[in-house]
Amino acid sequence: MSKKTGGESSNDELLTGSRRDFLKQSSLLSAIALSPGTIVRAAENQWDEKFADVAEKIPVTLEVNGVSYSVKVEPRVTLLDLLREELHLTGSKKGCDRGQCGACTVHVNGVRINSCLSLAVTNDGKKITTIEGLANGDQLHPMQEAFIKHDGFQCGYCTSGQIMSAVALVKEGRTQSREQISEFMSGNICRCGAYSNIVKAIQEVKNNQV
Amino acid sequence: MNPFQYTRSSAAAGAIQSLVREPQAHLLAGGTNLIDLVKMGVVVPERLVDINPLPLKSVEKVANGSLRIGALATNSEVADHPLVLQDYPLLSLAINAGASPQLRNMATVGGNLMQRTRCNYFFDTTMPCNKRAPGTGCGALEGYNRMHALFGASDHCIAVNPSDMNVAMVALDAVVHVKGPKGERTIPFGEFHRLPGDHPERDNTLQRTELITAVSLPASAVAFKGHVHYLKVRDRSSYAFALVSAAAALDMDGTTIRQARLAMGGVAHKPWRLHAAEAFLKGKPANAATFRQAAEIAMQGAKAYQYNKFKLTLAPNAIVQALQTASA
Repeated sequence: MSKKTGGESSNDELLTGSRRDFLKQSSLLSAIALSPGTIVRAAENQWDEKFADVAEKIPVTLEVNGVSYSVKVEPRVTLLDLLREELHLTGSKKGCDRGQCGACTVHVNGVRINSCLSLAVTNDGKKITTIEGLANGDQLHPMQEAFIKHDGFQCGYCTSGQIMSAVALVKEGRTQSREQISEFMSGNICRCGAYSNIVKAIQEVKNNQV
Repeated sequence: MNPFQYTRSSAAAGAIQSLVREPQAHLLAGGTNLIDLVKMGVVVPERLVDINPLPLKSVEKVANGSLRIGALATNSEVADHPLVLQDYPLLSLAINAGASPQLRNMATVGGNLMQRTRCNYFFDTTMPCNKRAPGTGCGALEGYNRMHALFGASDHCIAVNPSDMNVAMVALDAVVHVKGPKGERTIPFGEFHRLPGDHPERDNTLQRTELITAVSLPASAVAFKGHVHYLKVRDRSSYAFALVSAAAALDMDGTTIRQARLAMGGVAHKPWRLHAAEAFLKGKPANAATFRQAAEIAMQGAKAYQYNKFKLTLAPNAIVQALQTASA
């Protein structure tokens, strides 16, 4: 073995040290995992019950676009994930998943919300409307028609959220001016920048209302 | 998201008991802040206690003339409530300046009080943060502190309270009603949130086992309804947190200020009431010179950091403009 310089040697010590710590830690973890004593202690402390609880699924019944669904979900499942992954209603989009972009906007009991920040379990017994529930058969909702007519999108990823928000906006009566529409549509971000055409679409729907 | 257990609570006593039994249980209302924090791993709850079924949604006038707002009333419900619009329009303006319509439809009044800071170092679990992980240091102190405090900060934390609603609430002398294992108590709004000091992990004076049941606005604050403004300055024209905000409410006798209420957001660990400037404004004529002097008084003791020095100019200008608009 060749002689090492001081610097290398201290580096080596550091490496060996961390390796040693790693081994210590991993063997400790293995010991915990394998020890029957630990399993017994876990049972005594009702840890097993706790783990079971964590994995436990909660029954939820909700109505989505007029159809009633009874499902079992883990508490951490968001309404957006339930819609997309379990009910296969993929019209609601996952953009930021943090309530910042609005792509996941749906109506709960007629009110627009971000479904990415709402747990599915807290929506038990509620009525949800998604983009799939707006059209009447083959007949598009007036807001969908207006978005197509005015080119209210480019890539389309934010569009279902924009339309869900726009339908609620008209119902809320926040369409008095261009500025008010912009302000109350601010929770829906369009990366392509189709904002001015989105405002035109909303204004048309509003003006066509009696 | 990390797994957690879930309990649905339909009585306040049951929710409080859950908090007493389990130190890592958190109450869940609108979830707009908490679910985000759980996703980011900033909060790792063992159990979420869903308090949405509790009967705490009503907004009503009570015997002493106060307006009592249930803790579970949503931000939208409060901002659009006829009694709020009529008697406390400053609160409507402030609430509508915050977040987006979707978030305001979900977020509750109690949850808004409990909102955590938006400091990037608090949200980024790879960074030091005394608020998230006490003893790890403050990443913002020597870091990118553009959004941070001017007043009341400590060497342990320079984060700011992100709420707009809280700024109006403190200006209007609101009172927070809470319930715990030992019964009910009230906390003046100005004493609800705290300065970071040596314990930035504590945002407020609520005990861990207490539940906010309501916030009430006193009848005395109705006097200000005719002259209010909430000015929020942010990086884009909507849907962003405040760099600085200013709430102004004036009780006017012609062109003379009978009494004034002033508070700022985005400048401290709590909504920042400007008592000295209010005292100065009392009995003064409502004009630009008065407002400028009030703003100078308000800024006494301000301390900026490397990247938020611009706030030393922005904040007094925001106060002057809020007062001008309110008095017009």
